[in-house]
Amino acid sequence: MTRFEQELKNNVFVSSFCTRCDKHVWPPSDMCNSCFGNIVWKPVTRTAKLIEFSRKGDEIFGIVEFEGSIRVMGRIVTTSTLQIGQMLNLIECNYDGKAKFVLAPTV
Amino acid sequence: MRRVGIASSGLAEFSKNDSTIESLMLSSVKPIFDNMPNLSQDDIDVVLTSTNSDSKYLSNVVSELSGISPKISHSVESLCNSGTNGIVSAYSYIASGLADVALVIGAENSNSPGLVLEWDVSRGQYKHPIYWASMFASAHMRKFGTTMEDIAHVGAQNHNNATDNPFAYFKKTFSLDDIMQSKHLTDNLRLLDCSMPCDGAASILLASEDIIKKFTDKPVWISGIGQKSIAAGFTKNEDLACMKSNIQSSHQAYDMAKKTPNDIDVVELHDAFSICEIIELEDLGFAKPGLGSSYVRNLYETNDKKINPRGGLIGCGHPLGATGIAQTIEIFQQLQGTAQKRQVDGAKTGLVHNMSAAATSSTVLILES
Repeated sequence: MTRFEQELKNNVFVSSFCTRCDKHVWPPSDMCNSCFGNIVWKPVTRTAKLIEFSRKGDEIFGIVEFEGSIRVMGRIVTTSTLQIGQMLNLIECNYDGKAKFVLAPTV
Repeated sequence: MRRVGIASSGLAEFSKNDSTIESLMLSSVKPIFDNMPNLSQDDIDVVLTSTNSDSKYLSNVVSELSGISPKISHSVESLCNSGTNGIVSAYSYIASGLADVALVIGAENSNSPGLVLEWDVSRGQYKHPIYWASMFASAHMRKFGTTMEDIAHVGAQNHNNATDNPFAYFKKTFSLDDIMQSKHLTDNLRLLDCSMPCDGAASILLASEDIIKKFTDKPVWISGIGQKSIAAGFTKNEDLACMKSNIQSSHQAYDMAKKTPNDIDVVELHDAFSICEIIELEDLGFAKPGLGSSYVRNLYETNDKKINPRGGLIGCGHPLGATGIAQTIEIFQQLQGTAQKRQVDGAKTGLVHNMSAAATSSTVLILES
């Protein structure tokens, strides 16, 4: 299991970060995709912008963007109307063979 | 660089069966030899296999089963555009002078490991292709007002076209109402908006301009090639109302062939999902952004077969590694004038568009008679 997966399993979302280039390296990697330098693992801020969404039955899924660059697909839990661009909180993440992200609107 | 042409092709019916990947491949190679008395195994310098199967050393295995001892032999895998990636590789071997004749063989089983995108961590738990297609549909509907009825016209027309294709998986037509009433997989994606994984194979024979007349009096030339991979991860598509790799690869191909969209008579588009065809028509310059929907409505209302005359992936089924080759064979036959009931009158220039993994990679070929 990778560091990214281990942390996710503990409900912690981390991404590889290059201190030399001062940027997240996404998807997670052991090297920076610009300078090929070493990375450090850095917690990702748990608020994200809603980019797009749809529904499968009662389940809402969508693309969200963390820190202006890290985009993932996650499940969105809400009974209110969603707006593109609104902020969501990461309320749960996990790893069980697949990365799982669960988000809900910020209050 | 030398000119490279298509000399011959072979197809195996797209269906669901228990054939091995090797048997499927052989069944599409056989018609090439059956139909070309001048072709012997010794003529073939290159054998490339395109598939997402886990078979090892497959190009050598299939070469041996076909009695071919090629100079160059390997597999090409790039998910759903493996087939056209194989053709581009074969083109390069011939154009560079490393080879004169290349056989590209694509095949897939319906339970291919390429159907679930396990490696893409950015997709989270949403690994099946319906989820990325649903995101593109949401974005296009939001930006341009595209409706579910607009989208249904793609499937209705492509299923109509497929009834004239003896190798297609589907043998029946579906009305607009059938499509509108088919099961919703997501809010904006119905079962009949999706291409069907199936078993199938397709093979194509390429040759240099120096030697191709030995095999055919009607070669079809590959005059334009464009390829672009923007990433492996789906979420690197920044604007979901278009597909950036389509735009970039088509510009490359048009530039190389010195053609514009107005010069293209017949087109194969990668309609893995109906919404893809609408977006691709816009990306490749056949419709202005936002007007792909009215374009597909017009195709349906006038029974115009210019786009996806063989039935597209939706009508034919989608055996991943075979799809790009089967698309290219359709344009080859159209430009040779041998497409029978599917023939687009007077077709001289055609385009093939094949893409993979939510348009993270796209290939465009331009062919001329």
